Amino acid sequence: MAAIALSRLSKRFAPGAPPALEEVSLEIAPGEVFGIVGRSGAGKSTLIRCVNLLERPDSGRVEVLGQDLMSLDEAALRAARRGMGMVFQHFNLHARRTVAENVAFPLEVAGMARAERERRVAELLPLVGLEAKRDAYPAQLSGGQKQRVGIARALASGPRILLCDEATSALDPETTAEILALIRDLRARLDLTVLLITHEMAVVKSVCDRVAVMEAGRVIEEGPVFDVFTRPTQPTTRRFVAEVIGHSVPPGTLSRLPQPGPGEARRLVQVLFAGPHSTRAVVSEASRDFDVDMNIVSGRVDEIAGEPFGVMALAAYGAPDKLEGALGWMRSLGLHVTELGEAA
Amino acid sequence: MNWLTPAMVDLLVEGFSETLVMVGASAAIAVALGLPLALLLHATGPGGLSPRPWMNRPLGLLVNAVRSTPFIILMVAIVPFTRLVAGTSIGTGAAVVPLALAATAFLARLFENALREVEPGVIEAARAMGATRMQIVTKVLVPEALPGLIAATTVALVSLVGFSAMAGAVGGGGLGDLGIRFGYQRFMPEVMLTVVLVLILFVQGLQSLGDWLVRRLSRR
Repeated sequence: MAAIALSRLSKRFAPGAPPALEEVSLEIAPGEVFGIVGRSGAGKSTLIRCVNLLERPDSGRVEVLGQDLMSLDEAALRAARRGMGMVFQHFNLHARRTVAENVAFPLEVAGMARAERERRVAELLPLVGLEAKRDAYPAQLSGGQKQRVGIARALASGPRILLCDEATSALDPETTAEILALIRDLRARLDLTVLLITHEMAVVKSVCDRVAVMEAGRVIEEGPVFDVFTRPTQPTTRRFVAEVIGHSVPPGTLSRLPQPGPGEARRLVQVLFAGPHSTRAVVSEASRDFDVDMNIVSGRVDEIAGEPFGVMALAAYGAPDKLEGALGWMRSLGLHVTELGEAA
Repeated sequence: MNWLTPAMVDLLVEGFSETLVMVGASAAIAVALGLPLALLLHATGPGGLSPRPWMNRPLGLLVNAVRSTPFIILMVAIVPFTRLVAGTSIGTGAAVVPLALAATAFLARLFENALREVEPGVIEAARAMGATRMQIVTKVLVPEALPGLIAATTVALVSLVGFSAMAGAVGGGGLGDLGIRFGYQRFMPEVMLTVVLVLILFVQGLQSLGDWLVRRLSRR
């Protein structure tokens, strides 16, 4: 059974307005970190807010841990919401409550006795590394610390599901990395299912198992993070992927490349290294076996969802048939070779 | 200082205590009525906890109507109502009725503004955590807005001191009345000056107290 099952969700904020969501269906398995990525206005924020019905879809079905949320009355919905933690971009902490009081808030709302609340808070603060700040007020904390409070608060009532609404978008890159590591760590320790939305592909790359790409209220692409990164099918997805693994070749570089000699051709290609041959010495093997010269124009090696992955732009020189042979051989190894063309 | 006879001191003390009663009682009533009214305005307004335009608009109009009526006219206009509530339309007690009414409308708007200053995100977070509307009001909205509510109350208190001087017109007494009767009508500028000085000090004290409380309660 899926932890979260959304089926055919549609939502319009005003009659005649463009749809915020159009027939969106997603299934999120228990224990996975699922990312939804999209530009602002793509509908991702509306989508995550439909999961706990902060926003009610016009049509469709929202099922969380097997429970059909849309059919619940207000009291039952409130109870269901307590089973889901939510973390926000702007933290949304109570300015006049201390760290401990903020974390205790959902417990207070649920009617837990003070002594028990305090015990629970004492368990939660070490989880996010904020024991020393228990009596501080939010204004005295850094952005990363505020988000740690937000996370502790979201986890207070022991939810199975964590919803992260642009949880790192207001943080600097270093703090972002810390918070993402914390989320991954907590996911494993507390056996959580995490749904997060972001406009940053780097977040998806470092923390998600699967990803859905949204545009104009629709999910346009969905799959395991590694597949979406290495084999994006939609233009929007390609642009997102390019943000992180930047395969474009600086134009100045191209103009400085030597022209092919007499009887030679020049091919500009991008090679994606993924899978079992990603660590093979492909460039030197190809130049040795096919008698071609390979000029590496740009390249990087990275890890996506724990798997090695590389992308390289090559300028290859040689007799046209030899070049064709070399590129064909690379393709036969399962590498993705795409022609960049002279204009690229 | 030969005008400062023991009788005059008595009059000043009496005037000040009448001012205190008028301002204190009407402010207490205005806070007690204005806060629920402001919460209602806030909750029923667009984007509120339970938007209800059919309730919000007439309520807003009523508050505006009271606020735009000059106090001296309001005081006279509601004499029948004052008589109904206070049993009489003359005296310090009777003056509290129009003062409380004007201050309630005034405070309702100021309180509503203070409530609007609470970040909508904090309210949304409380909703996401399964808080009831009542819990959102008592545990989020009012506590988070508290410094703003106190600041609004300070503004209203200061305005009430000014309004209460007009209440002399319906026999409400108070320092303002004393200043007019002795300082103006009996040509005793020293009395007028004394009254004004006492009022300035009183208002300063109120403002400082309010500011201090706001500073203490804010955690920004």
